[in-house]
Amino acid sequence: MKAYTHSLQQSNTKTKRISSLWWMYLPALLFVGLFIIYPFINGIRISFTNWNGFSQMYDFIGFKQYTRMLSDPDTWLVVRNTLIYGIGSTLLQNIIGLLYALLLNQSFHFRTLTRTIIYLPVIISPLVMGYIWYFFFAYQGGAFNDVLLWLGLEKVNILGNPDMNIWIIVFVNTFQFVGIAMIIYLAGLQSIQKDYYEAAEIDGASPFQRFKNITLPLLMPSITINMVINIIGGLKLFDVIISLTNGGPGNASQSMSTFMYNLYFSRQDAGYAATQGVLMMVIVLLLSLSALLYFRRKEVEA
Amino acid sequence: MHPIVKKRLFTIIALLIVALHILPFYILVTTSLKARGNFSSKWIFPRDISWENFTLAWQQANLGHALLNTTIITFFAALLLIFIGSLAAYPLARRQTKLNKWMYMLFIAIMVVPPLAALVPLYQLVVNIGLMNTHLVAILNNVAAYLPLTIFLYAGFIRSTIPKSLEDAARIDGASTATIFFRIIFPLLKPVTASILIISCVFIWNDYQFAIFFLQDKDVQTMTVALSSFFGENANNLNLVGAAAIIAMLPMVVLFLFLQKYFIKGLASGSVKE
Repeated sequence: MKAYTHSLQQSNTKTKRISSLWWMYLPALLFVGLFIIYPFINGIRISFTNWNGFSQMYDFIGFKQYTRMLSDPDTWLVVRNTLIYGIGSTLLQNIIGLLYALLLNQSFHFRTLTRTIIYLPVIISPLVMGYIWYFFFAYQGGAFNDVLLWLGLEKVNILGNPDMNIWIIVFVNTFQFVGIAMIIYLAGLQSIQKDYYEAAEIDGASPFQRFKNITLPLLMPSITINMVINIIGGLKLFDVIISLTNGGPGNASQSMSTFMYNLYFSRQDAGYAATQGVLMMVIVLLLSLSALLYFRRKEVEA
Repeated sequence: MHPIVKKRLFTIIALLIVALHILPFYILVTTSLKARGNFSSKWIFPRDISWENFTLAWQQANLGHALLNTTIITFFAALLLIFIGSLAAYPLARRQTKLNKWMYMLFIAIMVVPPLAALVPLYQLVVNIGLMNTHLVAILNNVAAYLPLTIFLYAGFIRSTIPKSLEDAARIDGASTATIFFRIIFPLLKPVTASILIISCVFIWNDYQFAIFFLQDKDVQTMTVALSSFFGENANNLNLVGAAAIIAMLPMVVLFLFLQKYFIKGLASGSVKE
């Protein structure tokens, strides 16, 4: 091997073949193969069975789990929630993250402190972050309801109300990870050359025109990264839902991840859980890849 | 607007934002410091501070043991990630063969895969190979989950910053690929290794998705699992849960405050997985 690559290098100009050095990524391939690719393929097999998760016995039942999935109203509820978590927190994180970055790009007192405090939740476990906000929004003795009582209003069961708790989950996820979007936008803003703005100002462009015609187009690469990161993260949401609502009431705030977890561990419905896993895979891959392609194209145009 | 007025205005806005972001942590602190049966509003700081919440939470939630488990898992998983990831990235960055191009694509595609989508078969696999409730399963799963990101970051760094002439010179001197990698390339990867260490430590330390499935046993529980089962047992004594939550997040917060620069740089470069 050694002599082989050696001689190849020496006659670099003449050789057509170079060694792939595949032994170097073999360990990585084994890890990924055993713990990601193999389970994924096996999951497709299980989705065609009625396996209960522990029995030795199960039957192949064709597409029954798939027809069951398509006619299960919970499927569509959970898909809708997952999309709200994914797209909702992506939009919020990007808008607020950009506003924070625009502020931090100015000079003022306590700038570093502001950055530190906004960024801090990023390193905290999403599960812990969920509990922290639980103290805030809890029905009994929650900080938010205390404010309502002081104002002479009725207490609200925010986390128990499916119309509200989904948005609270979006909010908490945004609060936690807005720091990442902010840092990426800040780096993007700092790489824009000052003379662009000076030239535009001489030409009489208003602050809004300058933002729209200089800042936004030049920030396109940062927007791409942020959109894709956030959509991938949001569609996988799990921990924060467990600690804030545990998917309830009923299945009202389940994401695809928590729903699958429930089907498998609480209802021993392994075959069906695997089918939901296949659907999740398809949706996440489709959305993440189309987000990536869409914003990449925009980047080229800009 | 006059620059000084402008600066003051921005300072005020920034302080308002800071206050808003500190708010939930303030509520967490007041909650954790109140004795059981103190039902005063969470907004009010307690007059008699109940420090024993922290010792009680530490003992009852078995947090000392959980801290040890989390440290062991994070340490070995991060070590393996650095070693296996950098080794894999080198040929993928340097040898543009057809095979390697496909392999790189494969690793990148896996980055997008939601790990829970394969929960059922993964669980079955872990049971079959007899690794349920072991540190090893958490280490192996976390390594597999974050290897693609690690490879992506290492490969990008090697391509953009390590001059190829260095390797060519060593090769002409008769150095083997292994020698070139470990003696010349790996030491030059220090900056990206630091970023990857920080990212992977934060992700693995905070992991709940894998831990809740594979580490249910009290002996192997990590901080997040210990905290969630403690919450289940103490739903009517949230003061203790608050104290436990503070203990659980403290190691990372302290580390962050000391190494802030590296954290922000590292997580921004690798936040693809979040």
